[in-house]
Amino acid sequence: MTSLAIALASIAGLFATSILAVALSKLPSRNRVVYSAAALACIALLAVGLLRLGAANGEADAVMTLPIGLPWLGIHLRMDALSAFFLAVINLGGFGASIYGIGYGEHEESPGRVLPFFPAFLAGMNLVLLADDAFSFLVSWEFMSLASWAMVMAHHQEAETRRAGYVYLLMAGFGSLALLLTFGLLAGPTGHYAFITMRAGEHDTISAGLILILALIGAGSKAGLVPLHAWLPLAHPAAPSHVSALMSGVMTKVAVYGFIRIVFDLLGTPPWWASLLVLIVGSVTAVLGVLQALMERDLKRLLAYSTIENIGVIFIGLGLALAFQENAMPAAAALALTAALFHALNHSLFKSLLFFGSGAVLTATHERDLDRLGGLIHRMPVTAFLFLAGSMAISALPPLNGFVSEWLTFQAVLLSPNIPQWSLKVLVPAVGGVLALAAALAAACFVRAYGIVFLGRPRSAAAAKAVEVDRYSLAAMVMPALLCLLAGLFPGPIIDAIGPTVRSIIGAQMPVQSALPWYTIIPIAESRSSYNGLLVFLFITISTLIAVEVLHRFASRAVRRAPAWDCGYPDPSPLTQYSAASASQPIRRVFAGSLLHARETVEMPPPGSSEPARFRLALKDVIWETIYAPIPRVIAASALRLDRFQFLTIRQYLSLVFAALVILLLGLAIWP
Amino acid sequence: MALIASFITQGLQMLLVLALAPLLVGFTRKVKARLLRRRGPSIIQPYRDLLRLIRKEAVIAENASWLFRVSPYLIFAATWVAAALVPTFATNLQFSWTADLIVITALLGSARFMLALAGMDVGTSFGGIGSSREIMFASIAEPAMLLVVFTLALVAGSTQLSAIADFMVSHASLRVSLGLALAALIIVALAENSRIPVDNPATHLELTMVHEAMVLEYSGRHLAVIEFAAALKLLLYVSLIACLFAPWGIALTGNAVSAYVVGALSYVGKLAVGGLLLALFETSIAKMRVFRVPDFIGIALMLGLLGVLLLFVSGSF
Repeated sequence: MTSLAIALASIAGLFATSILAVALSKLPSRNRVVYSAAALACIALLAVGLLRLGAANGEADAVMTLPIGLPWLGIHLRMDALSAFFLAVINLGGFGASIYGIGYGEHEESPGRVLPFFPAFLAGMNLVLLADDAFSFLVSWEFMSLASWAMVMAHHQEAETRRAGYVYLLMAGFGSLALLLTFGLLAGPTGHYAFITMRAGEHDTISAGLILILALIGAGSKAGLVPLHAWLPLAHPAAPSHVSALMSGVMTKVAVYGFIRIVFDLLGTPPWWASLLVLIVGSVTAVLGVLQALMERDLKRLLAYSTIENIGVIFIGLGLALAFQENAMPAAAALALTAALFHALNHSLFKSLLFFGSGAVLTATHERDLDRLGGLIHRMPVTAFLFLAGSMAISALPPLNGFVSEWLTFQAVLLSPNIPQWSLKVLVPAVGGVLALAAALAAACFVRAYGIVFLGRPRSAAAAKAVEVDRYSLAAMVMPALLCLLAGLFPGPIIDAIGPTVRSIIGAQMPVQSALPWYTIIPIAESRSSYNGLLVFLFITISTLIAVEVLHRFASRAVRRAPAWDCGYPDPSPLTQYSAASASQPIRRVFAGSLLHARETVEMPPPGSSEPARFRLALKDVIWETIYAPIPRVIAASALRLDRFQFLTIRQYLSLVFAALVILLLGLAIWP
Repeated sequence: MALIASFITQGLQMLLVLALAPLLVGFTRKVKARLLRRRGPSIIQPYRDLLRLIRKEAVIAENASWLFRVSPYLIFAATWVAAALVPTFATNLQFSWTADLIVITALLGSARFMLALAGMDVGTSFGGIGSSREIMFASIAEPAMLLVVFTLALVAGSTQLSAIADFMVSHASLRVSLGLALAALIIVALAENSRIPVDNPATHLELTMVHEAMVLEYSGRHLAVIEFAAALKLLLYVSLIACLFAPWGIALTGNAVSAYVVGALSYVGKLAVGGLLLALFETSIAKMRVFRVPDFIGIALMLGLLGVLLLFVSGSF
């Protein structure tokens, strides 16, 4: 009870901060005040979430009804283990973004367009997690969408931003509509808004299937599932960087929460093909997301596409959990769900870090284009080091945290031969392969991104003159980087902390890991598969030290600086380096030819001419072309058709009305 | 006492892989030379090369960053740790539970990540060529490797290498899926170690080069460390194939000391056979064009997937 009250007070504090941000528009230190207040509220909410997770398993859920909102209905609020886990994830990210904002926000040209919405956005996300009835859930969800939309439009002078905002608004509206219908179906004809009555409801296979699909559309469009991802790479990068970090790292987790809440909690028993659908959608999302990230030239859009990939990985975990759950394999389902939740936490950490890093690059150079960056490791050493940590974590390299959740997902895949359904038997191995492919491509993607932005020689004057960013931004980046390392070294305590959440959903949880020596994790006792991030890290450190020590003792210690060798033909122009397009060329030729319609054309000048040859690269977003681009065309064409109804005679109108009446009555007569 | 003994065997294994890695490279080169009716350099030439390199001064490009100087050590350390975790002469060593086969694959991935970054650090076109091709090969080879791991794990019920090796010793049987996994693993090993037909370890300054292009700017002790790591990686893959598909003679937990001696001797024998077969294979095949390599590694991917599918359909394949 008290914890929920503290959470509500913090959320109210966030709303008050929003109002304060408007009221204090003349105050010079407004930026600092607003972000500090937001950071404090996030700390309080984080503590509430962590305390609930740390509490004993048997603790009753905190419930509260507030007499505001719809008349006689009020707002139902509840905090269970699932909300508590996501509260922790979201406010950890929110805290980082607020701290980052203290430094980064100073560079904002029109802070009035960001400051009032930032705390409101955080408040909206937190309210979604606490909502216990459909009405407050949807209102908070819409609030979250609109607040983030307002910040996407902060730089509304740019045409690209306006387009991003437009697409985002459309997709958010579409997603909310799907969620509205989901709740309508869940409530049933005699239903009630409150989740507690929805949970008790029974659904036949058709409505259960519809609920699943609508939830996948509603939550998936916010999370960025293919093919509903189109808005995400437009809108996330358009916002200021700390808001991008919140949208990519945190808001997508709210969407994942919404999906888990509806499908695992409220729906009861999903249809048998639920796991199949989620696995397929997750796999397609993972591969397409990372491939588009690999082709991208804009640093922030690259990160947004990589978010799509990670959402795919999370949904693969959720799909596996569904598959195990319907076959009454609770231990395996608990493993898969733990992997998905762990990955959600990991992604919020490293994606925040990477967006902060891209914001630092943006502050220092005013460039997002990879082909105008380079060599920043010399000019911004701290940012470069932290960005490297984030890149390694997201590439699922041991001993960092991204690897742990991938490893857990792989272990879950290995448990699936016991599933009796043939469709899953054939699909799951392929999903395992897809997961590995996505991980390898993600590593390739971040080698390319890091190599071009931070290594090599500067490709523009701005990059050559970059300076390190302020210490608030750096501090905000140090925190997630450290957490990435710690979560990689000590995965056991985190798995145990996720335990109560998983138990509340699946009814089982993974074996307790903290008791194992040296922070080893053994997900399934019989298989003896184990991983110990701490020892791997120690071994690598010790081996490195041995190698350094031996070489320094016995080897020549002389170092000479000389021009680069480059096979004897070094060229001073930075254009001779590999560019963003050339670094992805081998992968483009292998993977993107069919998936993204990559076409390369080389125009050679006629013999004897001294003109340069030209290389042209064309990429097509297949999903956009086939699904989104036709929509306005169809609307325009049907509007033209319907236009005829505007110029009918009165007799024709009357007969239309009569025909409609007859059809409706017929329908009523046939209706069982 | 038992604890000290197991620490000693683990330490021995770490030193053993370090000591044998250049020898395997030298042996393979020697056999290749003999197959081509050349006399070839001495079998211990790689040791001499390493010594020569570490005595020289390191020439570093003017705009190289700290990453360029740190990477060789990290690459070496990650590869060494990975190699030390593969059972060579005995299973269930002290730290074998630290990491399973997926982790070992990922550790090699970490090493490759650093190497590819180091290739891009100086900002030369050759480094970019090498790195971009390496990550393309890896993006196919890594999933293939993981599918091989899945196959083995489904057969043996664990991803832990020692557990798999124990299973292979006690329940050895011919299985279709294991055959597919072996073929896939060999292809992956060839690709990962930049051997013919994927890359040519003997040439420099060839436009198709991958590994050599990434390390082009390295010299002196840094180059020595990278070359050593490459040798360790070759040893790792040969030991991996040996311990998974030819585990005979390997010492199991609780065996007498003599079993460890037998294990060590049979391990050296297996390495020799592996080097011999590698040399035979490399002399009998030509290098592929770079964009045919994805097809070649793609075969491994398909074989791996087929193996896993067979096992999902029926555990007895």
